[in-house]
Amino acid sequence: MGDFWLPEAASTMAPKIDSLFTFVNVVSGVLLVGVVTAMLWFMYRYRRQDPAERPSPVKESKLLEISWIVIPTILVLLVFNWGFKSFVAQKTIPDNAYEIQVQARSWGWSFEYPNGVTTDTLYVPADEPVKTTMSSQDVIHSFYVPAFRVKQDVLPNRYTSVWFEATKEGAYDLFCTEYCGRNHSEMDAEVKVVSRARFDEWLESAGTPDDIPLPKLGEKLYTQQGCQGCHSLDGSEMVGPSWKGLYGKTEHKMADGSTVTADANYLRESILQSGAKVVDGYQNVMPSYASLSEREVSGLVEFIKEQSDKELSEE
Amino acid sequence: MSTTTQDAPVEQAGPDEEETNYLNHETSIWSWLTTKDHKRIGVLYCISLAVVFLVAGVLALLMRAELSGSGQTLMGNDTYNQVFTMHGILMVFLFLVPSIPAILGNFVLPLQIGAKDVAFPRLNLASWYVYLAGAAFTITALLTGGVDTGWTFYTPYSASTGGGVLWMTSAIFVAGFANIFTGLNFIVTIHKMRAPGMTWNRLPLFVWGMYATSIVQVLATPVIGITMVLLILEQTLQIGIFDPALGGDPVLFQHFFWFYSHPAVYIMILPAFGILSELIATFSRSRIFGYRAIALSSVAIAMLGFLVWGHHMFVSGQSAISSIVFSLITYLIGIPSGIKVFNWVATLYKGSIWLQTPMLYALGFLFMFTIGGFTGIMVGVLSVDVHLHDTYYVVGHFHYVMMGGSVVALLGGMHYWWPKITGRMYNETLGKIAAGLVFVGFNLTFFPQLVLGARGMPRRYANYAERFAGLHQLSTVGSQILGLGLFLILGYALWSLAYGEKAPANPWGATTLEWTNTTAVPIHHNFERIPLVTRGPYDFHLADEVFGGGDGEALSDDVPQIPDPAPSAPSETDPTESAGV
Repeated sequence: MGDFWLPEAASTMAPKIDSLFTFVNVVSGVLLVGVVTAMLWFMYRYRRQDPAERPSPVKESKLLEISWIVIPTILVLLVFNWGFKSFVAQKTIPDNAYEIQVQARSWGWSFEYPNGVTTDTLYVPADEPVKTTMSSQDVIHSFYVPAFRVKQDVLPNRYTSVWFEATKEGAYDLFCTEYCGRNHSEMDAEVKVVSRARFDEWLESAGTPDDIPLPKLGEKLYTQQGCQGCHSLDGSEMVGPSWKGLYGKTEHKMADGSTVTADANYLRESILQSGAKVVDGYQNVMPSYASLSEREVSGLVEFIKEQSDKELSEE
Repeated sequence: MSTTTQDAPVEQAGPDEEETNYLNHETSIWSWLTTKDHKRIGVLYCISLAVVFLVAGVLALLMRAELSGSGQTLMGNDTYNQVFTMHGILMVFLFLVPSIPAILGNFVLPLQIGAKDVAFPRLNLASWYVYLAGAAFTITALLTGGVDTGWTFYTPYSASTGGGVLWMTSAIFVAGFANIFTGLNFIVTIHKMRAPGMTWNRLPLFVWGMYATSIVQVLATPVIGITMVLLILEQTLQIGIFDPALGGDPVLFQHFFWFYSHPAVYIMILPAFGILSELIATFSRSRIFGYRAIALSSVAIAMLGFLVWGHHMFVSGQSAISSIVFSLITYLIGIPSGIKVFNWVATLYKGSIWLQTPMLYALGFLFMFTIGGFTGIMVGVLSVDVHLHDTYYVVGHFHYVMMGGSVVALLGGMHYWWPKITGRMYNETLGKIAAGLVFVGFNLTFFPQLVLGARGMPRRYANYAERFAGLHQLSTVGSQILGLGLFLILGYALWSLAYGEKAPANPWGATTLEWTNTTAVPIHHNFERIPLVTRGPYDFHLADEVFGGGDGEALSDDVPQIPDPAPSAPSETDPTESAGV
């Protein structure tokens, strides 16, 4: 029955939750069938055969009443106790857990590893406890990986955490489960569970060496920082203006009616103080990226420049 | 209608038909708009709430249509977000919370306790106008950009999204007073205006349900009002309460919000319990098994309902200790609900079960509310809720309680009291067909949602992963069947108003005062004489005035019968004396 109801189980906690889910489901099912059977039987057995029927009153049974107070009480206390124990296990983060920083923003996720690598896909080593330390840059989001049976709201004003130990290598969904506006349903990410050896290898190669050319750095940041969630490279309409042909645009119209030239300083300002100038036809929803380093900002600007250069060379 | 031919006085209920009643003693629009008659106010509320239910229901059908495909099918994300938000807000705050008390409570409660009206008739009329003011604010909110926050208004999102949020929160603040007025009125009415002989143990269970509901309304509604005012103050004066950018705490908002909104669940379901007891008793013609247990469990639920709000917040970041305490209390509330279901089933035992439309709804309720209860146990399990929270499992669960429970009970109650309210019968065959469509459509809509949620489908998603598409489509088909059933009801209800068969005074052979001691359509002051109550509400074996001398002769043919009124109170008795607190 678990297979019908529940998604794939890929963490050490999942089978514990699943067995409790199945237990409650089965007990509920049995009781429901009991109630419905009794109801249907009475419906048939005592159907009205003459409009003048007046059955004599049934004597109430104390024993019956007490039994259907006591038995459900025992059952729910059993279920509470079971749920309580597994909840404590969910909440107790092992000391040796590998820590990943999670940043949520409308509408994307970024994951930062101890060596500074930042990605938009959550890579985790298999068979090892992993702890996330999470915060949000804007509104409340929620970190949910159905295959791990973990969920935790991500708040703007303090850190929250979850831990899990993935048991099966593979790719799983990560959903945002706290409603956060327009693209709430697109605020997902992929979780990739790999062996420790491959994880180390990936972590090594995913690092951003200092000598990478600026446009390449920008390209990496474009996905790592979640820019691609709102800004297209092919000119298509998204939440924010497309980067195609953006750089160098003169007469770039703002919401307050003024126009600017989209030069490097304008781009820099838009990244660091995103609300300073809002483009006409768009809402002021972009979070600030003031946490980027000087070199990273330059990388992004160079990358945006490239999008205009490309266009020129195509023409 | 009284000017038409009068050549068949014997077949039709004699002179009774020409007599004035609450519907025709005054007929101008003005007399309706200024009425202090609890029955007319119930009718006014019925019309207003039917409009809201229609709008919110159509929004639900649009939502389900959008979700028939995994990507964009009918509307963009922004529109979808506004549609589900308005569906939730209208259904919860402007339909379900007021629904049963304002329509059936207003109409039936004074009749059932043998009173001429509620304690404060002017306050009762004010309640309806305040409700309309809330509705006007809601329309303003829609005109000023709409609302896309979800019905929960979680901060800081609701502070940042703009549009009509402030108008909407004002609407909820204002409409709350309509509920407080109704609740206050009922509490005083039940305490002070019962007919002689109507002791607490002889109160119909609908009255007990309304009593428990009223307590919750009066105590809980102010909290949502205050919360909404704080939200408005924060945004207009920039005081930091909930918004972290101003130094507030967003989780505090959730505590405030659920402190009302969980008890609000009981405002919606307790009156439904009351209706169910009436239906089960009348249509199985037997005394409610465990009358006291049912009456007192409603009060127990009302009290415990204030102590469980934190079970909406297991993954919000509240402390683990509070989650554990809230989970434990949540289980305690499951027990009185279970007791009720068992008692209702036991009432059927050795009864005389008559499967008219209202009874079909009652039996459907037993099935759906039981599923709603069990899925409630499931989401109350701490560790399992971590997986199920904010998924379609929760959506399925609360629709099984709110719609499968409250709305189905309301439909049953509306059919049951329809003859008393309108003086007309509805079409029984169409009634049964519609009840079947509602039952099948409802379960087809919401059972797949339970499965979707358990498989990890988050709620409030305009688009979703392809693997969820099959169950979503099933749910959409279900919603259309459900919609068909509800439109059918609307159709034959309107038809019945004009062409329905004239209703007799007591078509179901019920034994509560609104059936035994009033004319087919009650007169303006309800009773010719104040009734004297000499037996319990469901003592069918003692109700000779209904069944005629014990051999059932009054019901042995199909001629609409006018029961002899139960003995009325001796005129020298002061009604308040024996009906004291």
